[in-house]
Amino acid sequence: MSGARESGYNFAYLDEQTKRMIRRTLLKALAAPGYQAPFGGREMPLAYGWGTGGIQVTASVIGPEDVLKVIDQGADDTTNAVSIRRFFQLVADVETTEATEKATVIQTRHRIPEAPLEEGQIIVYQVPQPEPLRHLEPREVETRKMHAYAEYGLMQVRLYEDIARYGHIATTYDYPVMVNGRYLMAPSPIPKFDNPKMQDNPAIQLFGAGREKRIYAIPPYTSVRSLDFEDHPFRTQSWDQRCALCDADDSYLDEVITDDRGGRMFVCSDTDYCARRRANGHVGAQGAIDPVGEKTDALSGDAQ
Amino acid sequence: MYVAVKGGERAILNSHKLVAEERRGDPALAELDVRQIVEQFRLAVDRVMTEGSVYDPELAALALKQAQGDAVEAIFLLRAYRTTLPRFAVSRPIETRRMAVRRRVSAAYKDVPGGQVLGPTYDYTHRLLDFALAAEGGVGAPEADLAEETLPDAMPPVLDILDGENLIEREFADREGESVFDLTRESLSFPAGRDQRLQNLARGDEGFVLGLAYSTTRGYGGSHPFVGEVRLGETAVEITPEELGFSIEIGDITVTECQMINQFKGTAEKPAQFTRGYGLSFGHGERKAMSMALVDRAMRCRELGEDALYPAQDEEFVLSHSDNIEAVGFVTHFKLPHYVDFQAELELVRRLRAEHATRVGRDGELREAAE
Repeated sequence: MSGARESGYNFAYLDEQTKRMIRRTLLKALAAPGYQAPFGGREMPLAYGWGTGGIQVTASVIGPEDVLKVIDQGADDTTNAVSIRRFFQLVADVETTEATEKATVIQTRHRIPEAPLEEGQIIVYQVPQPEPLRHLEPREVETRKMHAYAEYGLMQVRLYEDIARYGHIATTYDYPVMVNGRYLMAPSPIPKFDNPKMQDNPAIQLFGAGREKRIYAIPPYTSVRSLDFEDHPFRTQSWDQRCALCDADDSYLDEVITDDRGGRMFVCSDTDYCARRRANGHVGAQGAIDPVGEKTDALSGDAQ
Repeated sequence: MYVAVKGGERAILNSHKLVAEERRGDPALAELDVRQIVEQFRLAVDRVMTEGSVYDPELAALALKQAQGDAVEAIFLLRAYRTTLPRFAVSRPIETRRMAVRRRVSAAYKDVPGGQVLGPTYDYTHRLLDFALAAEGGVGAPEADLAEETLPDAMPPVLDILDGENLIEREFADREGESVFDLTRESLSFPAGRDQRLQNLARGDEGFVLGLAYSTTRGYGGSHPFVGEVRLGETAVEITPEELGFSIEIGDITVTECQMINQFKGTAEKPAQFTRGYGLSFGHGERKAMSMALVDRAMRCRELGEDALYPAQDEEFVLSHSDNIEAVGFVTHFKLPHYVDFQAELELVRRLRAEHATRVGRDGELREAAE
């Protein structure tokens, strides 16, 4: 007996015709990597800007056999990730997981997991603004032309102006990429730290923008190049610190304020990656005993 | 310690319980019945139906009850429900000229065929708080007087009078049979046809459309409108099932319609002529229908060869920002955690500041050395 039937809604909420429409759009998007395909986005019972595009994409590709992972800021237990996972448990009754490698479908907001993705996996990005040129040109009529002619000089100029003004490209997230050497694409607001993971990724990468009603995609093993200049090559963020819990020096770190006197610690934003490392015996500076002195594992919050 | 974002699931469930408790209010007082909301908060119900794009007073009232009277939240509930509804037919265009009119006024003529019918309106009430409504025992069952004669069955639109003289542009020929754009099934595309624009305005946030309409009359759009007609009443909805081959009525809906007359000075090709703006809302929604008619006309600038200089004339600006469910979702999503991106920005700002400090220090040394 499925939760979907108990909830009175079709499997994964959307009706089958709508799913078909979205799947057709997904195929189109995969056929033209990085191209923003318009679709008849539906009004979902979750708010626009909170993942409705990703939810519609996930709902269209997920089946009863799938295993779903939902993350927000890299973590499985942030409230919006919990809320979206609950939604799919209610309307699709699928198995969920926090383990990146066990998931067949991963819906994410703002991060790509640290563990490498594999063939057969699908990662679905929630996208607030699919148009990488929107802040340079507010008009859709114009930006569509710019994509049609691959006229991306404006973006190069913007990056150049950053260098002229600050000495660096001052874009730290949603850093524009060229997909398959053809379309300029917004990778969604992931930190540029994650950009290299998109390149030649064995997984299928799908992007859903619900409010703007656009879907785009990157097929497996596709070139995804972050824009840069020969004398100013693309660079990702790096930290002087290691994760305070698992001692990782290769993951994206969140800064956590621990008191009102400037105290702070850095921890992995990818909670699954961090927990796995600690399970394998890696211990960071504050991994075993927290500063308050209580003998608790700082990341053992109950996420289910 | 590091528990700020943990326990999401329990927090969410508890939050739902808190909302339910606050929604109910003082349990010593009687709970609101959905029927009471339909009957006594009808104008709120009408707005929720209009912007929620579902004509169902009881569902709209339920949404209002569930949303503690928050119109936008109620509209959101109704829209989400609407997504799940099957569509079994597309109606024929409604015939507002055959409307059972309850109110109908024209500002263009002193008297019009069929007459001016004031009907129920707050227009000439003095906005004095009526403490009788707060008194215990309520107001009983007020009853209005019946008119001596009934209104005519059909009231010709006032604009037909101008039409007969060619003083106003022709209404578009009936495009029945041609498929109409469906904003709820396709994404907006630009340049937008009038069907897209009118659908968008009909669903658009009343406050946003009102503000834009206002701006067109204050120099940001050069609008000089006359209300050709505002009418309120019940009109039949007809569908033509393929199996039958003829139309059948499936029910009546209450609508408010506004036909706005606007000046048009003419171009080299076209002589001067009045032009139209059109507004329609479910239920009694004159503010919305009039605002819609003004903004509809403003956005017709392209087809009429006028320069688009102002926000209300800019269809991309108007249509992309009028929907309150889209707007609310995006504006409030900034409440969601953004700490990954914020961390990225922190790193950049720290680096830029450090480099700045080094540069300033170095410049200072150079200056000292020069002196």
